[in-house]
Amino acid sequence: MTSTTAPPRAAVRMSGAQALVEGLLHEGVEFVFGYPGGVLLPLYDVLYAAPIRHILVRHEQGAAHAADGYARATGKVGVCIATSGPGATNLVTGIATAYMDSIPLVAITGQVTTGAIGKDSFQEADITGITLPITKHNYLVKDPAEIPHVVQEAFYIARTGRPGPVLIDFPKDMATATIEVDWEDVQIRLRGYRPTVKGNTKMIRRALEEILRAQRPVLYVGGGIIRANAAPELTYLARALGIPVTATLMGKGAFPETDALYLGVPGMHGTAYANYALDAADLIICIGARFDDRVTGDVSRFAPNARIVHVDVDPAEVGKVMHADVPVVGDAKHVLVELLAELAESGERARDLAAWHAQIAGWKAAHPLKWSTDSRSACASQCGRAERPARCGATACTGGKGTLKPPAIISAIWTATGGKAIVATDVGQHQMWAMQYYLVDDPHHFVSSSGLGTMGFGLPAAIGAQFGNPEHEVWCITGDGSIQMNIQELATAVIHRLPIKIALMDNGFLGMVRQWQKMFYDMRYSQVGLNVGTPDFVKLAEAYGAVGLRVLDDAEVPAAIAEARRVTDRPVLIDFVCEMEDDVLPMIPAGQSVADMILE
Amino acid sequence: MVTELLETPMKHTISVLVENRPGVLARTAGLFSRRGFNIDSLTVSTTEDPHTSRMTIVVDGPAAILEQIGKQLYKLVDVIKVMDHTEDHIVSRELALVKVHAADSVKRAELMQIVDIFRAKIVDLGDKTIIIEATGASDKIDALERLLEGYGIKEMVRSGRVVLVRGSRTT
Repeated sequence: MTSTTAPPRAAVRMSGAQALVEGLLHEGVEFVFGYPGGVLLPLYDVLYAAPIRHILVRHEQGAAHAADGYARATGKVGVCIATSGPGATNLVTGIATAYMDSIPLVAITGQVTTGAIGKDSFQEADITGITLPITKHNYLVKDPAEIPHVVQEAFYIARTGRPGPVLIDFPKDMATATIEVDWEDVQIRLRGYRPTVKGNTKMIRRALEEILRAQRPVLYVGGGIIRANAAPELTYLARALGIPVTATLMGKGAFPETDALYLGVPGMHGTAYANYALDAADLIICIGARFDDRVTGDVSRFAPNARIVHVDVDPAEVGKVMHADVPVVGDAKHVLVELLAELAESGERARDLAAWHAQIAGWKAAHPLKWSTDSRSACASQCGRAERPARCGATACTGGKGTLKPPAIISAIWTATGGKAIVATDVGQHQMWAMQYYLVDDPHHFVSSSGLGTMGFGLPAAIGAQFGNPEHEVWCITGDGSIQMNIQELATAVIHRLPIKIALMDNGFLGMVRQWQKMFYDMRYSQVGLNVGTPDFVKLAEAYGAVGLRVLDDAEVPAAIAEARRVTDRPVLIDFVCEMEDDVLPMIPAGQSVADMILE
Repeated sequence: MVTELLETPMKHTISVLVENRPGVLARTAGLFSRRGFNIDSLTVSTTEDPHTSRMTIVVDGPAAILEQIGKQLYKLVDVIKVMDHTEDHIVSRELALVKVHAADSVKRAELMQIVDIFRAKIVDLGDKTIIIEATGASDKIDALERLLEGYGIKEMVRSGRVVLVRGSRTT
């Protein structure tokens, strides 16, 4: 907060809308992503002159994802605004996305006047009812005097404990009401909300004993490390004791992925060696992760030999899926700091885990991540032409069906950017390849809808990430399915001259669904072909005022990446025309175990 | 005493102390259905503190799932306290209103005896029906209901269980 927005000393008369905006300024909000509407007129009138940057998106879903991407890439609370009714319901997917991934978000929705609520009024929707299961908490403001408290509480709840989205439903008459606000008096009154921050010392000591006794320990960490800013402590612990680390999709960047102790991501499309290590481990130290089904597969066969230390800020996660031999409820940073202090006191140093390291090195050598180089790109499109359309020249079918390999493209982007870019992904095959091949060493650098798996997340999330990190290079790795779900946000990126690089893995298919149809449904490709009707993405980018590039040959990939990186005043979309039928491997089919892993 | 035996909890009875705010019932009840947990009965009212409401919820399920439900309830910002009374000494009561066919004067006399034995009350006396009001532990109400079935229950309403912990400890 700057001095210009310092709180006034005494009670000041203002409108409810002013109180809301001042509340945002008190919370240090720099950006809000939103879209106006009828009941929001009083609020937008205040925003007209407020020292806060409002980013006008092109669809409310884009606002929610942009606020989410901003939060993930900065560690701050993201804020989005939408009007009542359809504006509010358009936020729902974005709120659910943030909820599943524990992202701090405050969503403000307009609402019809309190007297009109419940009468099926124009643009009325019960958004607090609708978002009940997908928010950490929500408010319907019915007393204007509550506004300053509600705003402060909403931010407090969103960012503390296990973070999550909080929604404030704001009726129009609350915005126009006049209230007296004394910011000194504004208090958080939440007797039912007391997140456990500090871990139980006895349990932390027991955890350390387990760690020092283990022969084959694995640190299995998730987004909780990043949300708690505990990456340095985790990294110190792993290196001090030589414990291998596997980090989930949410945990990418919690530990340097180029470190020799790093095992890659666990689970369905994780590395073979991460899954072998978890399977053979005698101790799993889980910190800020939740034994998600995409990680465990069949829980009864997951890590059969391991004792479990489970550290989580949310008591409900500990023991939810796997029994925890040592449960530690607390903030990852607090717990790790205390654990490291206990470790220092014990005088223990790096332990002899040479046999374990050798075993892991063997797995890494035998089953490295690799992509197939053979091309199986026979055109199966609905257009009926025999040739591959990328070669056949059909004007209606410019996308898909090339020879490029997404893993090779992502590796080239990684090389060009030195692994330092912030990467936002969409959802599908390209997301899994980005997870495997774009190694990040720092937290807040990998932005991906992991729990909900929301297609259309990538571009607006990249926009939010770029606003939060204006000097940083931001890439959006996406697919031809996902990008079309929120492509309208190209306009937002162009207007604000955001130099986002969009790497489109264009294979003419909803690739992940196609992969499952190939593997489990006898190649009956039902409703997954995208070539017919797909726009010319290069022309589309240009129509929005962005730069559009198309790459057909492997040899052109580095030059196109370099060209995109030279553009600093607008987004660049690179249409990488990819191999149609590439599969993401390794793969542990849903509900199965490491023994069922498909490697080739 | 018979009433003591009848009070032996057969299911989990939990008290949930919540902020007396709009939507808190939907939040709490919704959590049970979302996590696949059936509610047998639910009562809610304000407590001695007008800002606080107490929900008494009777649920059926294994202890592990109940523990998870307790943790999930605590995550609700409006939930102040959750107590499982399975191991507690509690006073547990339910109210029932039962409308029974009673046109026959012999049966009417029998019904009045049953009412007397169960320390219930006849609160409405009509030509063809009577309404019996009974309070007690759920098992006692169950037993009364079984007996009255023989006379023909026209309709019935039960309040759901309310409990308080015995002695000076708070619920």
